[in-house]
Amino acid sequence: FLKMALKFEVLGKFNRARAARLALPHFVCQTPLFMPVGTQGTIKGLTNNQLEEIGCQIILGNTYHLALRPGAELVDDLGGLHKFMNWKRALLTDSGGFQMVSLLHLADITEQGVTFQSPVDAKPMLLTPEESIQIQNKIGADIIMALDDVVKTTITGPRIEEAMYRTVRWIDRCIAAHKRPDEQNLFGIVQGGLDPVLRDICVRGLVDRNLPGYAIGGLSGGEDKDSFWRVVAQCTAALPEDKPRYVMGVGYPLDIVVCSALGADMYDCVYPTRTARFGTALIPEGLLKLKNRAMANDERPIDPTCLCMVCRNYTRAYLHCVVTKDPMGSQLVSYHNLSYMMRLSKDLHTSIVKGQFPEFVQGFLRVQFPKGDIPEWVCNAMEVAGIDISTCCAP
Amino acid sequence: MRFAVTRACGGGGGRARAGALYIGGSTTAPIETPSLLISTRKGLPNFVSRDHLAALPTPDSLLLHVSPLHFLDCPSSKTISNIGGLHQMLGLHEHFFVAAPRDSLESLPESDGTNKLGASFETPCGRRLIKPSAYVEKIASLKPNLWASIADEVPAWVSGKRNKTSIDRTLRWLDECLALDPAGGKTMLGVVVGGSNIEERKHCAIEVATRNVSGFWIGGFGLGENVEERPALLNAVTDNLPEEKARFISGLSLPEEVLQGVASGIDLFDSTYIYHLTLGGFALIFPFEILDHNNLDFQLDDTVGDRTKINLRATIYRKDISPIVANCSCFTCQNHTRAYINHLLNVHEMLAHILLEIHNTHHYLGFFRAMREAIKGGKFDLFRRTFVESRRIHLTSAVLCS
Ligand SMILES: [Zn+2]
Ligand SMILES: [Zn+2]
Repeated sequence: FLKMALKFEVLGKFNRARAARLALPHFVCQTPLFMPVGTQGTIKGLTNNQLEEIGCQIILGNTYHLALRPGAELVDDLGGLHKFMNWKRALLTDSGGFQMVSLLHLADITEQGVTFQSPVDAKPMLLTPEESIQIQNKIGADIIMALDDVVKTTITGPRIEEAMYRTVRWIDRCIAAHKRPDEQNLFGIVQGGLDPVLRDICVRGLVDRNLPGYAIGGLSGGEDKDSFWRVVAQCTAALPEDKPRYVMGVGYPLDIVVCSALGADMYDCVYPTRTARFGTALIPEGLLKLKNRAMANDERPIDPTCLCMVCRNYTRAYLHCVVTKDPMGSQLVSYHNLSYMMRLSKDLHTSIVKGQFPEFVQGFLRVQFPKGDIPEWVCNAMEVAGIDISTCCAP
Repeated sequence: MRFAVTRACGGGGGRARAGALYIGGSTTAPIETPSLLISTRKGLPNFVSRDHLAALPTPDSLLLHVSPLHFLDCPSSKTISNIGGLHQMLGLHEHFFVAAPRDSLESLPESDGTNKLGASFETPCGRRLIKPSAYVEKIASLKPNLWASIADEVPAWVSGKRNKTSIDRTLRWLDECLALDPAGGKTMLGVVVGGSNIEERKHCAIEVATRNVSGFWIGGFGLGENVEERPALLNAVTDNLPEEKARFISGLSLPEEVLQGVASGIDLFDSTYIYHLTLGGFALIFPFEILDHNNLDFQLDDTVGDRTKINLRATIYRKDISPIVANCSCFTCQNHTRAYINHLLNVHEMLAHILLEIHNTHHYLGFFRAMREAIKGGKFDLFRRTFVESRRIHLTSAVLCS
C-alpha cells in the first residue's frame, strides 16, 4: 500500500465533469487546473509574485533539464526546487523520459531504461525508472511522474503494446524506488497508443497499484482529434473517481474545455508562453496575432474582457511594436496568456461548482465559433460528456 | 517644470549642488537631484515591467528617459495621440518622461549623415534623418513631461570646422523647435554641444542660456572625448548656465563619471550603466553609505568582479544562497539567491535579466541618494574621494592579485 501526500475532494460535478479541491503538500489547488511549464526552474519572463497574482497554483519543472543544469544534487543541497526558485506553491516534475526521447535523437529504450547520449560529453547514459524517481525525490516536487516507455502516438503495431506493458512493469520499479511518499505523490501514466484494448489493460494495471493520481500520456503527439478525445474519454471513465486525472501536454483552451467535460482535472503545455514569444495572444475568440499589420493602430487592449495587468494598461498598437523584438514584448504577452489560462481554469471550476457548466461550455463555444462551425470531434465529445451544444451549432 | 537649488557648494569647488525638480504640478513631491533617469526601450525599462518598476523607491525611480526615435515606425503619431501619449500608452501615469533622441544604446548620433536639414541617427530600423518639424510633431503626440531639442552631436575627433557647424545647427534647430512648440519652451530643454573645445563649449552654453528654455541637456559627451579633459569641458558649460535651471546630461554612465558630472554641477543623468551591467550578468554590490558608517569595508570575501560589482555567471556563486546584497530591500534580494540567478544566467533565462535589472536599478538609485545626502551635509568632496579611492584600491589589488 502506497502512502499519499494529497487529498482530492470533488466539490461539484456535471455528468463526467468535476470541480475539485486538490490539497498538495505546498498548496491547496482547485481543479480543473492548468500548469504552466517552467522548464529550467522559471516560467519564461514572469516573476514569482506575478505568477501568484494571476492565480497560478502549480508549476511544472522538467526533470531532464533540471538534472543537466543546475543538477539534482545541487537542487537537493540547496533545499529542493521550491526553495531554489523560491516558489511557495505546488510543483510537479515529469520523469525526464519524454524529454529525452523527443529532444535527443539517439535515445533508445530497453527493459533497463532509456539509453541516451549525454548532451554534455556525448557518452552513453542510462535513465532507469529508479534513477528518474531518485532525481525527482531530490528535486522535491509535490507531484512526481513515473518513468514510462514513450512512443509516438502516430506509431502503430507491436511497439505500442510493448511500450504499454513496459510502462506497467516500470511502475513497480518506480514505486519501489520512491523514498518520499509522504511528501511527494507519484502519478502513474496510462499508455497504450490509440488502441482501446491496450489502454484498458494499462488503466487496470495502474489502478491496481492504487497510486495517488493518474496521468493520460502518449497524446498531443499529432494524432487526429477524434482519436484524442476518445482515448481521454475512455481513460477518465475507467480511472477512479477519487483520484486526480492529468492529461499530459494539453494546452489549447478548446482541448482543455473538452477534456474537462470528459472528467479530466489537470493539464500542462508550453503553448501559452511559447506562442506569446511569437507574438500571439490567447483571447476568448481564439488567437490574436499581434504582429499583424492591423494591430499597428488598434487602440484596444488584447482582450477587453480581461482584467490582467497587461490588458488594463496596454494597447494592441503598443504591443504590436514590442512583440518578437523586445524582451518586454514576450514578458507582457506571456503574462496575459497565462492570465487567460488561469481565468479559464477558474471559470471551469466555478461553473461546475455552481451547476452552470453546460452554459459555460456553450458560451465558450459560441465565442470561439461565432458561425456555429464547431468541429465534428467537439460535437462528438460533448455528446459523450452529456452536454447539449446544439444551440451553438449552425443548423 | 520648476527647479530649485536646495543646497549649493556641497563640494566640487562650489559646483556640486542638490536640487528639487518639480514636474508633476504642485501636489506631487519633487524629484530630488542629483538623480538618475532610468533608461528605457520604447518607454519601458528593458526588463522591468510596470509592477516591479512601481516597487522601486519613489520618487527616485519616477524619472524615465525615452527616445522619440523608438516610435518612428510605430505606433503612428496619430495612434499615440489617440491613446493619450506616453503615460497612457505605457501605463505609467505617475512617472515622468524626459525625451531626448539619443539613447546611447541603439539610437546613436551618426554625424556623417547629419546635414543642414536634420540630425542623423543609427537606429534599429537603419539610419534615419530627423528634421526638427517631424521631431516636434512626434513630441506633440508623445507628450513627454520634458523634452530636449534636436542636436547635431559630433564625436570628439571631428575638425574644428565641423564642431562649429554642429553648434550652429544645434542652435538653429533649438530656435526652430522653440518656434514650433505650442507651449513656448515651458517643457523644453536646450541642448548644449561644443565637442572637446572649451571655448566652443562656453560659447554654445552662453548662446543656449539666452533662449527661453526651462532647462538644459548637455550633449556630445561619451562620444570619444578624453576623460582627463572632461572636468574642464563640463565646467565651461555649467559655469555659463543660469543657476536656477536644471542640467541634464547623457553619456556619463559609470559611478566615477557621474561623480565627476555632479562635481561640475550636473543634476540629472541619463545612464546606460545598468543596462550594460545587467546584460553582462553583473550585479552592483558597492557600499554607498560610506560616510554614515565610516565603513569602507568593501566585501573582501569576494574574489570575482572588481568588488564594486560581481559577475553572477561565475561558478563560485553556484551554491551561494545569499542575496546579491545582504541588507538590500529590492524584490530580487528579498526573494532570490545568487545561486538561483547564477543558474538562470547559465541557462539563458530572461528572469535573470529581470532580477538583475531590478537590483541594479535599486542599487544605483541608492548611490544617487547617498550623493544627495553627502551634498546636503556639505561632504560631497569627501564622499567622492572616498568612493573613488576605495574603488581604485580594490581595482589595483584585484589586478595585483591576478
Ligand atoms: Zn489580459
Ligand atoms: Zn537588491
